[in-house]
Amino acid sequence: PSTSQVQRGLEKLTPAQVDQKTAEVVQYFLVKDQKKIPVRRADLVKHVVKDYRNIYPEILKRAARTFDQVFGLKLVEIDPKNKMYILVNNLETPERASPINPKMGLLFVILSVIFMKGGVVRENLIWNTLKKLRVDPGEKHEEFGDVRKMVTDEFVRQRYLEYVRIPHTEPIEHEFRWGQRADAEVSKAKILEFMGELHDQDPKTWIQQYREAHSTPTSSQASTSSSQR
Amino acid sequence: MSRQMGDNHRRFLQTMMVNGIIDEHGARALYQYCCETHHTQYAPDKLDEFIDTINSRLQPMFMQIRKGMSEDNGQQYYALVNMAETDITRMSSDYADNELELFRKTMDLIVGSENGKASSTDILNTTDSMTTKKLKKSETEHLLSRLVHDKWLSEKRGEYTLSTRCIIEMEPYIRTMYQDQFKECHICRNIAFQCQICENPTCGIKIHNPCVARYFKGRSEPRCPACDDFWPHEIPEVKRPHSQSRR
Ligand SMILES: [Mg+2]
Ligand SMILES: [Mg+2]
Ligand SMILES: [Zn+2]
Ligand SMILES: [Zn+2]
Repeated sequence: PSTSQVQRGLEKLTPAQVDQKTAEVVQYFLVKDQKKIPVRRADLVKHVVKDYRNIYPEILKRAARTFDQVFGLKLVEIDPKNKMYILVNNLETPERASPINPKMGLLFVILSVIFMKGGVVRENLIWNTLKKLRVDPGEKHEEFGDVRKMVTDEFVRQRYLEYVRIPHTEPIEHEFRWGQRADAEVSKAKILEFMGELHDQDPKTWIQQYREAHSTPTSSQASTSSSQR
Repeated sequence: MSRQMGDNHRRFLQTMMVNGIIDEHGARALYQYCCETHHTQYAPDKLDEFIDTINSRLQPMFMQIRKGMSEDNGQQYYALVNMAETDITRMSSDYADNELELFRKTMDLIVGSENGKASSTDILNTTDSMTTKKLKKSETEHLLSRLVHDKWLSEKRGEYTLSTRCIIEMEPYIRTMYQDQFKECHICRNIAFQCQICENPTCGIKIHNPCVARYFKGRSEPRCPACDDFWPHEIPEVKRPHSQSRR
């Protein structure tokens, strides 16, 4: 719908109706985000927006503002062709792990290794790194359960990681890269700072990585969020 | 009326969204962590005000961080609840229609019971009267373990109770749907499931086990706070909020 169509649509509705629909859209996104499943615009319109499709852009704008201001999340379009959205975290990954969420700590380590190795690593390197942290992908972990599954399935589905088969290897081998969500949520500068502290080394000495981390912000993402407070 | 939220509030809310429920000890630690991470003022005695600020902004989304007591240990918990409808909407994306029907039937059993429990046998038997696609025995067992895993039910020795999170979240639903059946705890006025009951037939008040423990602590002869009859049940010990911190 065009801007003027949206305007006319809004005039026919009460503010309470628009608020109600916005709340429904927010809830829908949150439910999907719990499992980190991207939201397809087609599904959103069909299942939630329904009769309000003529003011869809306005509803989405309001939902994005709510995510930004209340939840510290950013609504991001990840696949402009198929109109898919995810929520990414606006809040920086803190240096000190939260007392509550250990999975993210492990993910941070994996992303660090990939970044430091130039953006792509063979899976064995990741498994060996985890073993050094006493997280054995072959065993059931007390906190994480099936570690291999968490890394190659859960983190991949959530788009924190890409896990791709390397062609023509026998036995089969895979490699890891950063996924779209990691690109959007995780600060490379932060990772470099963390590595610097870990190895007691000036982050600037990793020339390649330093340049990448401090090049223009990676927001190739088409953001729908106004991101102003 | 809508107080200003900062990133400290937002981080707290994000963690609540991931966890669903945290105990008071965890909430305090998280509150401190969020304030320190975002260099905002931390006042140990202001947790509830901090949460009120979040709630004032959640209200338009029909969500709320609500406090409630665990019927097991008497400790306070904070749960992020969805008030969109007084129905189990929150669950409808995770469970199929027939699974939700079985959950409702389980709630019926638990609310209708004296002691707030339903045995797995009783739950399995209710599948006979299902109006949606009937669940097989193995499917029912699998569903029950999922409901426990997702923190809607708790299980002990083959008996199921409503979890703390479920009670906090579903309280308005239960009060509406089971108006004649549910009972409040005479001490704390919250809904009571697992509890002791006064045996005087004209009285019959309920008191949560942890509330019994606190109320009768140090009294020589326990008497019902409503009818003054002798309280014939074993008085449980007051449980220390064990500082075994997180899980
Ligand atoms: Mg999230
Ligand atoms: Mg996110
Ligand atoms: Zn009570
Ligand atoms: Zn009595």
